[in-house]
Parts: sequence; structure tokens; C-alpha cells
Amino acid sequence: MMVTKDVSMESTNNIVRVSRVVKDFLMGKTKVQVLKGIDLEIKSGEYVSIMGPSGSGKTTLFNMIGGLDKPTAGSVFIDEIDISQLDAYELAWLRCRKIGYIFQTFNIIQVMTALENVTLPMIFAGVPDDAAREKGMELLDLVGLKKRFQHKPFELSGGQQQRVAVARALANDPAIILADEPTGNLDLSTGDEIIQLLKLLSQEKGVTIISATHDLKMLNVSDRVIWISDGKIEKIEKREELSISLGQIGGK
Amino acid sequence: MLGKTKANAPQKQVVLPFVKSVEIAVKSIKSRFFRTLITTMSLILAISFYSYIKTNSYIISGIFFSEDKIAIQKLSHQGYEIPVEGEKYTTTPKERWILFLSLLVCVVGIVNTQLMAVADRFREIGTMKCLGALDRFVLRLFLIEATLQGLIGASIGGISGAAIALLGALIKFGRVAIAFVNLNDIVASILSAVFLGCVLSIIGVLYPALLAAKMQPIEAMRGRD
Repeated sequence: MMVTKDVSMESTNNIVRVSRVVKDFLMGKTKVQVLKGIDLEIKSGEYVSIMGPSGSGKTTLFNMIGGLDKPTAGSVFIDEIDISQLDAYELAWLRCRKIGYIFQTFNIIQVMTALENVTLPMIFAGVPDDAAREKGMELLDLVGLKKRFQHKPFELSGGQQQRVAVARALANDPAIILADEPTGNLDLSTGDEIIQLLKLLSQEKGVTIISATHDLKMLNVSDRVIWISDGKIEKIEKREELSISLGQIGGK
Repeated sequence: MLGKTKANAPQKQVVLPFVKSVEIAVKSIKSRFFRTLITTMSLILAISFYSYIKTNSYIISGIFFSEDKIAIQKLSHQGYEIPVEGEKYTTTPKERWILFLSLLVCVVGIVNTQLMAVADRFREIGTMKCLGALDRFVLRLFLIEATLQGLIGASIGGISGAAIALLGALIKFGRVAIAFVNLNDIVASILSAVFLGCVLSIIGVLYPALLAAKMQPIEAMRGRD
């Protein structure tokens, strides 16, 4: 069991750094502390899974890293930039170029075709139409959906929609892909395919992949697993150490 | 693509060209045809009423101008007041009052359906924001959609209102009804109806669109289908 709380980090290749992050939510009149001081570093190109029961603060931490929510105290650095200091425009820029999001519910825009979904982030980034289209087709090819580029979401299966989402997340060559329970709404084998796809991407493109998950299969491909419990990091495990504790889980 | 000045410094440049926003808006209207139809329907009705009342007032003043005894008698039987010599016939206060109410109800109806539409699209808006859309992209999309709905709905309403008024008068009074009606007046009233329709449509979508634009991506993501 190892916990990295080394303060003197070599900051150069930390793509994500979470520093003493506290998050309070107001539930009616009572203040609930969801995150109780989280320190975390994620290196560029790593495949990291965040695990934890529901209500552990996993999703909240995940949203913080994605710049979707701001910490009550502490800071989140992406590429050594404190994202709580950014204004709305800079945050939008960050979401557009630096981070690719994959959701549990796919969130493919219903009124657009697969290709239009993939090119949308490129349009926001100011990529010319033709170039965006070309890159979009490349990405759809990469996820194995080249032939279905003109299909609308309702003509695609769940797994295919999630593939489109993966392609869309890659549109602007982000440094990080944030996947929130990417296999949560998929059956076992389709979920497996998505996991393999993400792994392939992290290896071939060197994208940092951070996923919040309940899926134990996700652990097999993760470089590190961060266990969150009750708003704190319970433990951080590297893959080598993982098989032992997995055995314990299986034995329970 | 834009050159990066510093390796990792965040920039502010996120764009959505106008043509692209129109394209997305049209797509959205097309694929939500039924909902658009309902939103537009209240507009069509209110605007056709407006156009009807306006055209009708031209027809009636035309009839008074014609000094056709039978037609004028028919009119006063129907309760229209004969205007004082030298004055033009305009709409009655009662008509204006009903017109005002109908336009008001129309706007409230639009606000209602647009609020529903926004709630329906929480997920979509949130996703767009996660992909880098700014508040004003969302706002612009809704405004363009509303303008297009306004143009289409008000054109249908304006033309049908005028047509109904003209046909009705033709049937009731015969050719004298349209003999003294100036075509330019009718065209102008249809155009004013279209303009009014667009304005109403935009007023109706303003609050829902602001609500959508201000939404945080995280809230939108929490929304259910």
C-alpha cells in the first residue's frame, strides 16, 4: 500500500496536480464536506482510475479535475495552471483543447450525425471545415465507425455511441481524457471494448486517461488506481500491487 | 489552427462562426419538428389574428370610402361605427384590447414551450459546454432558432390572416369589399405582422435562453434524459 504525498514533486511532467482540495456542499442549512483535503499528482500519459463507493466524493473530485466545479479551498493544476484562477473564456478554451470528456450516458448530441458530433469541438477551436471533416473521419476510423459517419445517435448502439464519444473527446488532441463511468451503461463485452480502446489510445497517443469507475475490469488496464473513501484518498495502488487486493475484493 | 504563444498558457479563443450556428439551429429545428410546430402554432394564431384585424380595417374603410349604400348598411348592422366625415376608419378599442391580450397569451405560450424545450435539452447544452461552448454560443443558438421560428410562423400567420379577411369580406360584401383596398397597405400589414412575430418569438425565448446559457455544465450533466 503506497500513498504518494510527496510534496517535493518534480512538477514538470505532472499533467494534473490536485493540492489540498476541500469541497463543501450546502445541504439545506448544513454544510457537508465532500472532499476533505485531497492531494494527488497524475503524470502525463498515465492511465489512472478513481475508484470508490457512491457518495465517496469520487465524482466531485473528478469534476474538479475536469474544471466543471471549483474547490472550496485548495487548487487544481492542469499543466501547472491553477484552473480556479481562470475566467469563463479560459475555462472554455481549456475544455475545448486540453480536456476530452467521456460520459456514462454518452451524451452524443442527438440532432447531429456521428461525424458532426466529432467535428463540433474542432469548430469551436476554429479548425476550417475541410480539415475538421478529414480529421473527424480519421478519428471515426480509429474507433471503427468510419462507415457510420452519417448515422444519427438513435441509429447507433450504446457501444457505438460511446465510440463516437471517444472520437469526439480526441478531436482537438487533448492532453487529458476524463471518462466518467464510461462503461456504466454498457454490457460487459461492449464495456470491455471501450476499455481496450481507451488503453490503446493512452499507449499510442500518449493521452492521459483519468476515469471514475466502478468497473473492476478497468483496474486491469490502469497504471494506478486511486481509492477514494469518505472524501479522502484511502490508498493509491500501482498496477503491480493490484492483483493482490483484487483477489481480496473477489474473495469478499 | 491558432498558433500557441506559450506552450501551455490558456488562451481565450473559442469560436462558433455565425454560419455554423445557423446550420446547427436549422438542424435542431428540423429534428424537433413537432415541438417546433407547437411553439410556432401559438405564434401563427396570434399573428394571423393581428393580420386579420389590420386587413379588415382596410377593407372596412374601403367600403365606407366606396359609399356603397347596401354594403355600408350591412356594416352598420354588424355593429361597425360609421366614421365621422373625412376621418379614416381604424380598429376599435375593443379590437385592440383583444389583440393585445392575444399577443400576450401568445408570448406566455412561447415562454412556456421554450422552457420545456430548454429542460429537454439540458444534456445537450451541458455537453456543448463541456466541449468548449461559451454562454453566448448557447444564447445565440436559441435566438437564431427563435428568429427562424418567428419568421416562418409569422409569415404563415400574416398571409393567412390577410387572406381570410379578404376572402371573408369578398363573400360577405361582394367585389366592393376589395375594390378600394390598396394592395400596398395589405403587403405593409403582412410585413409588420412578420416583424411583430419575430419580436414576440424572441421576447418569448429570451428568459429560457438566458437560463440555458447561464447553466453550468455540471448541472446540465446531472439532468436526466
